[in-house]
Amino acid sequence: MLVRFWGTRGSLPFSLTPADIRHKLATALALAIARGVDSTEKARAFIDNDLDFSIGQTYGGQTSCVQIETGLDEFLVCDMGSGARAFGDHVMHTRGGGPITINVLMSHVHWDHIMGFPFFKPAYTRGAKIRIFGCHDVIEKAFRTQQAAPCFPVDFSQLPASIEFIKLDAGKSVEIGGCTVTPMLQLHSGDSFGYRLERDGKSVVYSTDSEHKLEDLAESLAFVKFFRDADLVIFDAMYSLLDAVSVKQDWGHSSALIGVELAQMANVGHLCLFHHEPGHTDEHIQSVLNETIRFEQLTRGTNRLHISAAFDGMEIKV
Amino acid sequence: MKMDIKNQSYGDVLVVSPVGRIDHATTEDFRSSLGRFVDRCRKGGESLILDLAGIDYVSSAGLRSFMLANKQAKTQGGVIVVAAMQPVVKEIFEISRFTLIFQTFDDVRGAIDSLSIAQPKTRQS
Repeated sequence: MLVRFWGTRGSLPFSLTPADIRHKLATALALAIARGVDSTEKARAFIDNDLDFSIGQTYGGQTSCVQIETGLDEFLVCDMGSGARAFGDHVMHTRGGGPITINVLMSHVHWDHIMGFPFFKPAYTRGAKIRIFGCHDVIEKAFRTQQAAPCFPVDFSQLPASIEFIKLDAGKSVEIGGCTVTPMLQLHSGDSFGYRLERDGKSVVYSTDSEHKLEDLAESLAFVKFFRDADLVIFDAMYSLLDAVSVKQDWGHSSALIGVELAQMANVGHLCLFHHEPGHTDEHIQSVLNETIRFEQLTRGTNRLHISAAFDGMEIKV
Repeated sequence: MKMDIKNQSYGDVLVVSPVGRIDHATTEDFRSSLGRFVDRCRKGGESLILDLAGIDYVSSAGLRSFMLANKQAKTQGGVIVVAAMQPVVKEIFEISRFTLIFQTFDDVRGAIDSLSIAQPKTRQS
């Protein structure tokens, strides 16, 4: 499987400002001068090999949308946040004029997880099949409501694609888009659902918008079971641990350090920090990543847990 | 797993010394064991020093139990400080930003001195 991130930001899309880009350029140029970079070739190598990701690039700003590529013709994607616009363009580009079938797994219907759908080109393509799966009863209502007047000019009923809504049940595994998919109930306002996707002996867990009550051992162990031996866990790491257990308790999100602990207990291979707080700069996310990697080193048992921070355009081969 | 917590009073300062790991498996026991000491940590009562020399790991759940203890003590007008952290635990405190809510000391002696100096002033105010 290949996991491709189209949207990684939480709650609200985020965009770099001209001042942000100027700051990145000034920092990069100063470092390049200090390193004696004096040719285009050296500049490219410097950016690729020496410059911090947070300076040379950006973690991006589209909201949740993660594609799982299985090698089959059908597409499989988690959530329809603003990253779905670019994903839709990718679908159209990849398929050309050929048949399109897209399977969507919905964690929940909060706005940041559905806001990309009105801009999702396959929905405007006659003959395209879009199957939207989820455990909530209100998914179809949410998709229709966000495109109703006066909020959007194209009503959902006008979309020419064939769009079907299919209800899933937590804990019950089903075959979708070439994967065995198992939903799990998560703690979030109005509930959210994580998904464990398995194919050819590999497993990916998509677990966003999920708060973990640390004092509840049974809850922790249930997630350890859900994450057990996964090759990749995509984890809601929106807040610092201190915020998650104090001022932002009950806000429905988690922290990178909680992700490390659960992943270590579950023998996970790769933990990917996801759903970045929209107020966090690239430098801040980089700092969280560096500290989380250090935390993993401090608390490591027998197996090393690989840790990354998701960015728009990132690909992880599983 | 039962957690061993020793305690020792130095005047108006109570030093509590847990031993072992504070993780998902032991946090609940740690919290209930610590609770009776936190109840005594109030204005006019005892200040509390968490002597962590015997702790080699604190999980996020353990950190949260520290935070809840601190919250209770503050409500009661008491003070909790942390002392003698092993390097790993100290780094966990720093990474998790718990150093922002707890005053920390390199050793118990320094914490006792600091609290002993501070207390009479508190009483006079």
